[in-house]
Amino acid sequence: MFKTTTLALGSMLTATTAMAATDISWWHGMGGRNGEVINEISQQFNDAQDQCNLTPISRGTYEEALSSGIAAFRSGEQPNILQVFDAGAATIISADGATIAAEDLILDAGEEFDRENFIPGVRGFYADSDGKFIGMPFNSSAPIMYYNTKAFEEAGVEPPKTWEEFEEIAPALKEAGYLPMTASQLTWMMVENFKSRNNQQFATNNNGYDAIEGTEIIVTDENQVMMFEKLKEWADADLFGFYGAGWADNLRPFEEGESAMWIGSSGSFGGLQQSMSDDFSAVFMPYWDSIEGAGTQSFIGGAALFAMAGHPEEENTCTAQFFTFLTSPEVQVYYHKNTGYVPVTEAAYQMAKDEGYYDEQPVAEVGIQQLQLEGGEWTSGYRLGFYPQIRTVMEREFNRIFSDEVEVGEAFEIIETEGNKLLERFGRTASN
Amino acid sequence: MRGLVKAGAATPQKRVQFDRPLTPWLFLAPQLAVVVIFFYWPSVQAVVSSFYIEDPFGFGSTFVGMENYTNALTDTRYQATAAFTAFFCVVVTALSLGIGLLLAVKADKVIRGAGPYKTVLISVYAIAPPVAGLIGMMIFDQHIGPMTALFGFFGRDLQVGVNYWDTTIAVTTISVWKQIPYNFIFFLSGLQTVPVSVREAALIDARSGWRRFRDIVLPLLAPTAFFLLIINITYAMFDTFAIFDVVVKDKPANNPMTLVYKVYLDGFKGNDIGGSSAQSVILMLVVAALTVVQFRFLERRVHYG
Repeated sequence: MFKTTTLALGSMLTATTAMAATDISWWHGMGGRNGEVINEISQQFNDAQDQCNLTPISRGTYEEALSSGIAAFRSGEQPNILQVFDAGAATIISADGATIAAEDLILDAGEEFDRENFIPGVRGFYADSDGKFIGMPFNSSAPIMYYNTKAFEEAGVEPPKTWEEFEEIAPALKEAGYLPMTASQLTWMMVENFKSRNNQQFATNNNGYDAIEGTEIIVTDENQVMMFEKLKEWADADLFGFYGAGWADNLRPFEEGESAMWIGSSGSFGGLQQSMSDDFSAVFMPYWDSIEGAGTQSFIGGAALFAMAGHPEEENTCTAQFFTFLTSPEVQVYYHKNTGYVPVTEAAYQMAKDEGYYDEQPVAEVGIQQLQLEGGEWTSGYRLGFYPQIRTVMEREFNRIFSDEVEVGEAFEIIETEGNKLLERFGRTASN
Repeated sequence: MRGLVKAGAATPQKRVQFDRPLTPWLFLAPQLAVVVIFFYWPSVQAVVSSFYIEDPFGFGSTFVGMENYTNALTDTRYQATAAFTAFFCVVVTALSLGIGLLLAVKADKVIRGAGPYKTVLISVYAIAPPVAGLIGMMIFDQHIGPMTALFGFFGRDLQVGVNYWDTTIAVTTISVWKQIPYNFIFFLSGLQTVPVSVREAALIDARSGWRRFRDIVLPLLAPTAFFLLIINITYAMFDTFAIFDVVVKDKPANNPMTLVYKVYLDGFKGNDIGGSSAQSVILMLVVAALTVVQFRFLERRVHYG
């Protein structure tokens, strides 16, 4: 026993000294099970080849990962790969010179790359206005509506496809003793993806893609205001529960079997399997039948990986190799199954299908199907600077709406005014 | 002791003189280095960047003069945050000093079992602010919190995280709870330095326990109280940061926050370096002004025995 251990140890030592692999680092903002899966994937990459050695490092939440990445860049200590979430896309993409476009990086390293391999809903969000991939889509998600099967059986109703149907069935669920619906992160669900599911314009300048300067958000239109007037009306009638801006506070009633529906991330699937005691399933996030052209695909949520500039070529080559590795069908399917995030390539989706994964777990397919619905003029994404702060403004006003401190229309006037002020300020930081 | 020369007997205070001009600087150097590197250097940087608008990655910056300051000071949200901070400081300081003093006075009178009693009161001090925040959040949780149930029993639907004032109640309660033991320790040791002879003499002069406390004990406690006042205001303004962070769970929304939390939010999460620097400079000036006021006007009334 002792002998074999020493032998193994000895061979490991010689192996590491002989190879002198190139070290690259990856900063991310994932915790819990999702963080473990990142470590597993990195290990798989390191085992699969011997020129590169990837070290993943958790930097807290998405926002903290972005902030520490920025701070590190300023002092020349940036990682090779930085995970940046959807709302931070404009911040990192507008900083010319901070990153190397994923597409360029991969092609320069002599690897193959084809935009068409990616599923349509994923292509636009982290790309520039010409469609060139700046970030590499990694953990992608869609907001979907989970429902408690038992609750729907008791109430004798079907899960709603549209908000009109929701209004019809919600009283029956209430009658059966359930809070019909809760939703986490209303900024993502009821503003950003309200825009995409109903094919509504979110900002001027082609949702912000065409120019930074002069971009303004559009949230005071009658449809957006109507969505929140309805939510408030439902909340007052005990058809919808609002528990503040915290993600988990709005999820808990669903986990405990009190609420019949919960709008969350397709990436919540893995966690829900452990925390839900009742049986559950999921459907697409509802849209408004009354809005013309509605029912389109949702924006891609989650985060992408960015290759930071300022590293030697051999490290960039390793980063490129890792990006290729990451988008291979095997790795995508592994990640999809272990986290609930959707596969980002067509090939990976096909592979999961062929393996019969969705026959076992139909819920896992809902997110990717929603991302493959018909696209519209306004469904490929948005590019808004200081957007994390704009979300903060929205969260503040939403709390005020639901605690009767402000009328819906007035709240959105405030959001638009403050949001545009932030966008204008961002334009000034980025233009010099 | 070659370097030191005893001061002349004429000067009553202790005084040490060095015969080489460089020696004192040598002794001061480590302390000065720490202060310069960790305090003056960042402060200067904050002042400088408060006059610029800068892109987060540091590719370029534009000089904007006082714009960041006027933006902050004319912003109604900033004013509201400042007003809340002032309110919060007063309430937290008053409550934690008041309750700390009350408990100290009572504990001072306990004769049997005084040890365990004091230990129980002091032990809370060992809890770190984020942990205190977590414990507090479990107590105030919207779904499972016993405090929410208690308020519900009295017909109040407590919604910490949604309702501004409900969150204020939670944050204030947790902050006060966390600070009481600190004040308790100092007040208790302050009380124990009041000479027994003085107390006995007072006992002859006044039968009312309250009068003896007000006229004799309280003035003798004044230096301790003054020290604690400064410490408590600083605590409420800065050290409660972690409690706020835990209670609002990373999502400030419409919840109350202190000025220092807003600096963090705008700078570290919003990546608005210029605006956040201006706010931190304003905060520095406020603290400086507060300290001057405290020492100028309050300390005069304090009598150090």
